Amino acid sequence: MGHFEKKSAKTSQDVPTSAMPDVVFMLLIFFMVTTVLREVTLQVKVDFAKAENIEKIEQKRLVSYIYVGPQKLSGNKLGPTKIQIDDSIIDDVSAVRNIMYDKLREQPKLIVSLRVHDEAEFGKITDIQEELREAGTLRINYSTKQEVN
Amino acid sequence: MIGKKREREDPEVGGAGMADIAFLLLIFFLLVTTIDVDTGIGLQLPPAPEEDQEPPPIKKRNMMKILVNAQGQVLMGTEETQPTPVTQVKRNLKEFITNRGQDPNLSDNPDKAIVSIQTQRDTPYNVYINMLDEVMGAYAELRNQAAQSNYGVPYDRLEEGSERHEKVKDMYPKKISIAEPNQ
Repeated sequence: MGHFEKKSAKTSQDVPTSAMPDVVFMLLIFFMVTTVLREVTLQVKVDFAKAENIEKIEQKRLVSYIYVGPQKLSGNKLGPTKIQIDDSIIDDVSAVRNIMYDKLREQPKLIVSLRVHDEAEFGKITDIQEELREAGTLRINYSTKQEVN
Repeated sequence: MIGKKREREDPEVGGAGMADIAFLLLIFFLLVTTIDVDTGIGLQLPPAPEEDQEPPPIKKRNMMKILVNAQGQVLMGTEETQPTPVTQVKRNLKEFITNRGQDPNLSDNPDKAIVSIQTQRDTPYNVYINMLDEVMGAYAELRNQAAQSNYGVPYDRLEEGSERHEKVKDMYPKKISIAEPNQ
């Protein structure tokens, strides 16, 4: 009996680690592919509206965002409603047309996601929509969060 | 001779550090990644109007006007006198779409039914979104019903782009028109 016990104790108890780099690389590649390295500093306040019947945008690379909301001023104060595209505030609504037209030429399947503060009034959106129609970017998406009942 | 032999002994690059490098990169991408998916209500805008283009003639009964006014009230139908509660929009719309010629004030058939959305400059955005949500909900429910009764599966279980999916989609085409803004 003692003889057998001694023999089993001799076997190696290490987990083989030679495949670990492969596993890690696989995870690495997954995260590299899913990452979108683009962050925008919001200069306007946007609280999303909520809705139930929403759809997902699967291809984030097609999306271009327009932010609409009250401008963040120093000292936690909020200014008038402004439009922000990428990193800059746009004062003149008609500039939206040229910006979006250029983006559409780069990406013909462009989806414009409107991220609008939920207390904003709709007139600004109407203006933007008119500009988008002129620019030819007709696929839009009102960004909303899932409503939880 | 002996010296030469020793040089040839280990020509491989040490692979032990590779895991560490990979881990470092992995941690970087883990921190940078945001997995939240963009969600929202999709809509197709009409193309820009060409000059002196007459709008196509549409029978009055086939068009459901929804006006969201500056006070955040939803006015449905042609009379536009009594505000409709937002929660009622879905029911009214489904009635309108599935009328199939019975009520002379409602649509001829789902194929011709058009939802026309009108807003004013001071319309609150969240009321507009709630209303649009209801409109999308009405179509989603109708399509779901059609898919359920024809194929026995919910609409979102049908494969995107498949024949069945397209058929159900064509049964209730989403015709939402955004009215030209009036001052």
